[in-house]
Amino acid sequence: MKVRVHVSLKNGVLDPQGRAIHHALEGMGFAGINDVRAGRLIELDVADTVTDAALDDMCRKLLANQVIENYRIEKA
Amino acid sequence: MGFTAAVITFPGSNCDRDMAVAVETITGGTVHRVWHGDAALPDGLDFIALPGGFSYGDYLRSGAMAARSPIMQAVIEQAARGVAVLGVCNGFQVLTEAGLLPGALLRNAGQRFVCREVALTVGTSQSLFTSGYFKDQRITVPVAHHDGNYFADEATLDRLEAEDRVAFRYAEPVNGSQRQIAGVLNTAGNVLGMMPHPERMIEPAQGGSDGRVLFESVLRAVGVTA
Repeated sequence: MKVRVHVSLKNGVLDPQGRAIHHALEGMGFAGINDVRAGRLIELDVADTVTDAALDDMCRKLLANQVIENYRIEKA
Repeated sequence: MGFTAAVITFPGSNCDRDMAVAVETITGGTVHRVWHGDAALPDGLDFIALPGGFSYGDYLRSGAMAARSPIMQAVIEQAARGVAVLGVCNGFQVLTEAGLLPGALLRNAGQRFVCREVALTVGTSQSLFTSGYFKDQRITVPVAHHDGNYFADEATLDRLEAEDRVAFRYAEPVNGSQRQIAGVLNTAGNVLGMMPHPERMIEPAQGGSDGRVLFESVLRAVGVTA
């Protein structure tokens, strides 16, 4: 089973990387960009026996740091 | 029995030897070098140090992998028993990732790696790590980091200040840290995480010895004679 975990910074957490990308895009001449936030995509290939609860556990214990990040699990 | 310490080495640690030399030189005690994959710490420890570096290449998040390594379970147990635990730089990141300290260290606001001596002010002298300083004392200690931008929510920051748990603050802009926080203590006061490197400032040949006081404070608090 393919699983995608999307990790993004919480609102209010400064994102220097997103800001740098924003700045670079504007420097290239792209107009109308209001904001850029950079996140992380983690793709897992797991056995069908792996439960939703186990996936959630993986996110909470390692894949995302809930002090600063949100996560979303997407199963293919 | 003399002062007994452990310095943990993770894959990618690079300040472990400096830390061990500083602890040994200043305390005159025994320093055990412990590998991250070890399941247990030596008995009778007075002090545990998590050094700087780039454990696991800073993959995923700085300190995230190291915080889940086998030895950290033992470090968490010793911290709960009241053993003094110091995390410097990557060690601070590991302590936050392990949940021993609140908050997180984000990418520097200026996006650049910062490597220079910075001025700090001592936030409190009421801790076993900082008793040798006086409150608001200005000291100089080097930093060398890319992810040193301390973040915690407002309620946590308020609590840290109300409980006198901000050990050090930057006296100048360095990395965008909330409320200029450079180092924080846990609730019990026996765990300190800080981005600046006190182990690199222990004798005049290194440009100053402001970091030495921290280790002397620990030695005095532990109450063993060197």
